[in-house]
Amino acid sequence: MRYDTELCRILAKKQLTKDIFDVTVSAPKLAPIAKPGQFAQILVPGKTLRRPISLCGIGRETFRLVFQVRGAGTKILSELQPGEKMDILAPLGKGFPLEGSATHAVFVGGGIGVPPLLCAAAAFSGERTAVLGFRSKNAAILADDFAACGCQVQIATDDGSLGTHGLVTDILKKQHFDICYACGPMPMLRAVAKLCAQRKIPCWISMEQRMACGIGACLGCAVELRREDDSSYYGHVCKDGPVFPADRVVL
Amino acid sequence: MADLKVNIANVEFANPLIGASGTVGFGHEYAEFYPLSTLGGISCKGITLKARPGNPPPRIAETPSGMLNAVGLQNPGVEHFVQEDLPWLKQQGTVVIANIAGSTPEDYCEMAERLSDTDVDMIELNISCPNVKQGGVQFGVTCEGVESITSQVRRHCRKPLMVKLSPNVADIAENAAAAEAAGADAVSLINTLTGMRINIQTHRPILHNNTGGLSGPAVFPVAVRMVWQTAQRVKIPVVGLGGITRWQDAVEMMLAGAAAFQVGTAFFTDPYAPVKILNGLKQYLDENKITSVTELTGKVEPW
Repeated sequence: MRYDTELCRILAKKQLTKDIFDVTVSAPKLAPIAKPGQFAQILVPGKTLRRPISLCGIGRETFRLVFQVRGAGTKILSELQPGEKMDILAPLGKGFPLEGSATHAVFVGGGIGVPPLLCAAAAFSGERTAVLGFRSKNAAILADDFAACGCQVQIATDDGSLGTHGLVTDILKKQHFDICYACGPMPMLRAVAKLCAQRKIPCWISMEQRMACGIGACLGCAVELRREDDSSYYGHVCKDGPVFPADRVVL
Repeated sequence: MADLKVNIANVEFANPLIGASGTVGFGHEYAEFYPLSTLGGISCKGITLKARPGNPPPRIAETPSGMLNAVGLQNPGVEHFVQEDLPWLKQQGTVVIANIAGSTPEDYCEMAERLSDTDVDMIELNISCPNVKQGGVQFGVTCEGVESITSQVRRHCRKPLMVKLSPNVADIAENAAAAEAAGADAVSLINTLTGMRINIQTHRPILHNNTGGLSGPAVFPVAVRMVWQTAQRVKIPVVGLGGITRWQDAVEMMLAGAAAFQVGTAFFTDPYAPVKILNGLKQYLDENKITSVTELTGKVEPW
């Protein structure tokens, strides 16, 4: 079994910011086969399409899901209470490659792109730095969790209310590292990918796209990818990703 | 135990549930959940003569009780299908239907010719894809167009031929009659209804293609009406699809006149939807002492 559905009981729920929720669910069937960087498709009662949400944490028999309320569907999910159940299809897609010769990883996250990186940082063996960017102090999430799993944490905010006033790339420029994992808004991914390319450091990025099946059947979640010969084609976030080598994605 | 077998154009299906084209790919992904022999048949992702890259993203938008898609017939081409997907599919114990789309009659004929030399069980002629300018729908809008393309393909097609009809027309039953007159062995309907969503902040359509095909529970009553009208107009079997999500929908579709039905968008909501639909259907037949599912077809009693 590569993936399946499971009715997962909500064990705990916390609100992290005005629109970001932190939910832990029981997933004894699916958690043991999940890897950092993979995602879940969550059924929303009354909606046709599931909502793709990254795995923020993978326990022995649990998933931690940190998600933002973006519309009516995620709003409904955010209103589910401990004891209620979520119908989860997981684990989906390819995760972050964390094995290899790299010794110092940097995890670069922007906003709601931060959660999948926590899962990856917890599993990386080697030196780790987390560089996290948020709009403001009120929007900051998971910094303590990165610190708790052994990361050195650096924060940038757009308004300077927490950490460095500026962009994650301002911090990243001063860092030494030999592999990079990133997830966040497109302009951030572009800047991070460019910096890594200049330094010839491998960079893995996690992408999102509007999605239907989540498993590679419907071809809905297209992402423009680059071949070796520089020609491009449409791959799919759910099956070929969501994690891609940055130099293979047309950003 | 009620008999679920149905026969469409001399092809025997173990049950009347067929995975709808474009929603189940070439079957691989759903074989993770259950053997594909669970399904009576599978209508493969629409294929074209040469590979097609598909439309730029976003290709998906949710709608009330449904979704829009504008994938744009991304597919690896007929030869890749024949070499790489068909041999595996044929071992899965389900009826394999090749769905073909083209931009010229010659494309369709060449594909029908090529597929007639394979062990594909049936060909579904897609003249109703709303998301590609030259994706076949130009042949599917008028009776004359339907009749012309069907009769041309018929001359090259040595497999049972099912014509998939567009609902974006004046009178779908007339188009079905045109397909029948031109030699179609069955018709399937409905393809998606053309729709549109707009982001009110950016003023941009959500889909990069601007418009897309509406599917899901929202279109179900439209599909039932069109199947009902069509089944009264033609003698060839009508395969009903459009928004079937629960077993009750499947029963309704058959009562309206469908000899079999396809399930599509429901796979996305619940990959196990087909299993649940078939179990519910079996129980309904047993409880109502109906010995064969074929007895449901067209049994609606209109006022």
